Amino acid sequence: MIWASSLPPFIPFFIAALLVLVTRGHLRSVILLATPVLGGLHLWLDVQPFVPMVASDALITAKELSYTLNMFSYQLEFMRVDKLSLLFGYLFHIASFIAIIYALHVRDTTQQVVSLLYAGSALGAVFAGDLISLFIFWEGLALSSVFLIWARRSEQAIKTGTRYLIFQVMSGVLLLAGALMYFNQTGSTDFNFIGIESTAGWLILIAFGIKSAFPFLHTWLTEGYPEATPTGTVFLSAFTTKVAVYALARGYPGTDLLVYVGAAMTCFPIFYAVIENDLRRVLAYSMINQVGFMVCGIGIGTALALNGAVAHAFNDVIFKGLLFMSMGAVLHRVGNINGSDLGGLYKSMPKTAMLCIVGAASISAFPLFSGFVSKSMVMSAMLLEGHNYLWLMLLFASAGVFHHAGIKIPYFAFFHHDSGIRVKEAPTNMLIAMSIAAVLCIFIGTQPQYLYALLPWKVDYWPYDMTHVLAQLQILFFSALAFVWLNKQGLYPPELRSVNIDFEWTYRKLLPATARASYTVLQRFNCAVANAAQQSWQGFQSVFQASRLSQYHLASSWPTGSMVLWIGVILGGYLLADIYFK
Amino acid sequence: MSNKVTDEKTYLFDKPRNVSRLLLGFYIICGGLFIADFVVHRHLVHPWEGFPGFYAIYGFVACVVLVVIAKEMRKVLMRKEDYYDVKEENYDMGE
Repeated sequence: MIWASSLPPFIPFFIAALLVLVTRGHLRSVILLATPVLGGLHLWLDVQPFVPMVASDALITAKELSYTLNMFSYQLEFMRVDKLSLLFGYLFHIASFIAIIYALHVRDTTQQVVSLLYAGSALGAVFAGDLISLFIFWEGLALSSVFLIWARRSEQAIKTGTRYLIFQVMSGVLLLAGALMYFNQTGSTDFNFIGIESTAGWLILIAFGIKSAFPFLHTWLTEGYPEATPTGTVFLSAFTTKVAVYALARGYPGTDLLVYVGAAMTCFPIFYAVIENDLRRVLAYSMINQVGFMVCGIGIGTALALNGAVAHAFNDVIFKGLLFMSMGAVLHRVGNINGSDLGGLYKSMPKTAMLCIVGAASISAFPLFSGFVSKSMVMSAMLLEGHNYLWLMLLFASAGVFHHAGIKIPYFAFFHHDSGIRVKEAPTNMLIAMSIAAVLCIFIGTQPQYLYALLPWKVDYWPYDMTHVLAQLQILFFSALAFVWLNKQGLYPPELRSVNIDFEWTYRKLLPATARASYTVLQRFNCAVANAAQQSWQGFQSVFQASRLSQYHLASSWPTGSMVLWIGVILGGYLLADIYFK
Repeated sequence: MSNKVTDEKTYLFDKPRNVSRLLLGFYIICGGLFIADFVVHRHLVHPWEGFPGFYAIYGFVACVVLVVIAKEMRKVLMRKEDYYDVKEENYDMGE
């Protein structure tokens, strides 16, 4: 190829973002489509793993004010290539290609420019070799992605976007603080294994944790993603959390804590997903659940588990993207994505329904679909490492995924009772994008060896054996049986127009209410103190007025004019005394 | 955008017969999968897996438990759609 192999993959995306800004119409579409294709080819053909390269020298120079230090230069490493970063590099090219096709009908310069900047930042982050470069792209992700929420331009979207941005920037600040402390302790900012032995390690872990939606740090995701534009959510679902998974896999493999955090992440969102009405929010919860499997795999830290984690990240981007795309298509056509208002859409959007079912089968880890070949690695590793009870939690979560993402999403949108809504089938570009994703889901599910060959660690693993397939089919079919039974018994919770409070309640309700209450209390206190002071002053005055002291001439209040006169007299006296009595 | 139509052609699942056929097929597969545990030789990693029908029962129970707990959670967590819109919009520190 024409390009040097050291060209960092984010650069084509950033250049394309500039070109998109100055072009329009078909030319703009061509640039949008060509960027991930050419970038991906470049990565595939020119870039080989295990060749560390430094892209640019001394990009940051700073002059110290002190005279003892004159200058220092810092080297940013933009192109650290190994199999781990390459895997995510390929993934992000595929994901951005699919998402760009899906969004091709959009006529909104803001969204098109920031989509490229966002994808570019994700690529920059996974090839960043040092923590400062990582920080730059980390903030790039935050600042570009928020526009995909703001692009909806409703008041609610702007407020939600701002809260999303606060979380993202907080993550960036923690990362920078952690990186500087890490540099202080180790003398290096190379981004390799970090671990949680030091405070710096903890700060960076929390920074990564925010972006990978750890429990209590997850609300930016469940609030933000359902609020973005139909096409914006597809981009959002692909990058931020997966960059965080990459960062965790790089910095914290084998950290025991992550196994527990991951297990919690797989379980708690599924309860919310069952009762949630907004189907894109159901997918947002299900995304936390999927990232939970990856975090578990990273926490276990064996080669099998780590491969499982990153392979699952790879598959998740594609099948979760497919599900978000199908729901986005419904939102685009119907103008609404609440389970309570939909139903029977298979009649008017049969292709979207079929593609959605492929995504649902993949996320549920049906054999022959992509989720199966990666999730099973994490599950097997869990059992091999002796985490029996956590394995049961993950099994519970697997059944739960099928329940809410595998059945609920297609069922309430496309089947269920007929809502009477008749719309056109999704636009062609959306159908093409979804079809590519669906083909990939089935291809990876049936031919996993191609994905396995890309995995960073060397492991001999093959998911298709009788025992395993049978076990998975049993758990899935009997989960479905439970769904059928609960529905027939009338026990299944109906879709209701509602919101469910989650941790965001603390800062959207509790904190403002506390602030208001404490303000009221303080204000009352202030009034009380002021009153008391005023009254005691008045009391003192009335007592003084009544006493004989107030009768004296000096005790009465004088007009300002006479005071000035008397000061003049005193000063004049001093002057005369100074002249004559020296 | 959306428009509601009342009368039109019948679709696949409009006929109750098709739905019950689908369900019958589904029940047969479930039964077959359950029986397979007793027929197929499985190599197990963990003793729990050896319990016949372990995965089937676990999957069924897990989902029922999930739904029952989630329904209970609704009593605590569910709010009206405009729950967050009410005060937050006009939020003002002063009186």
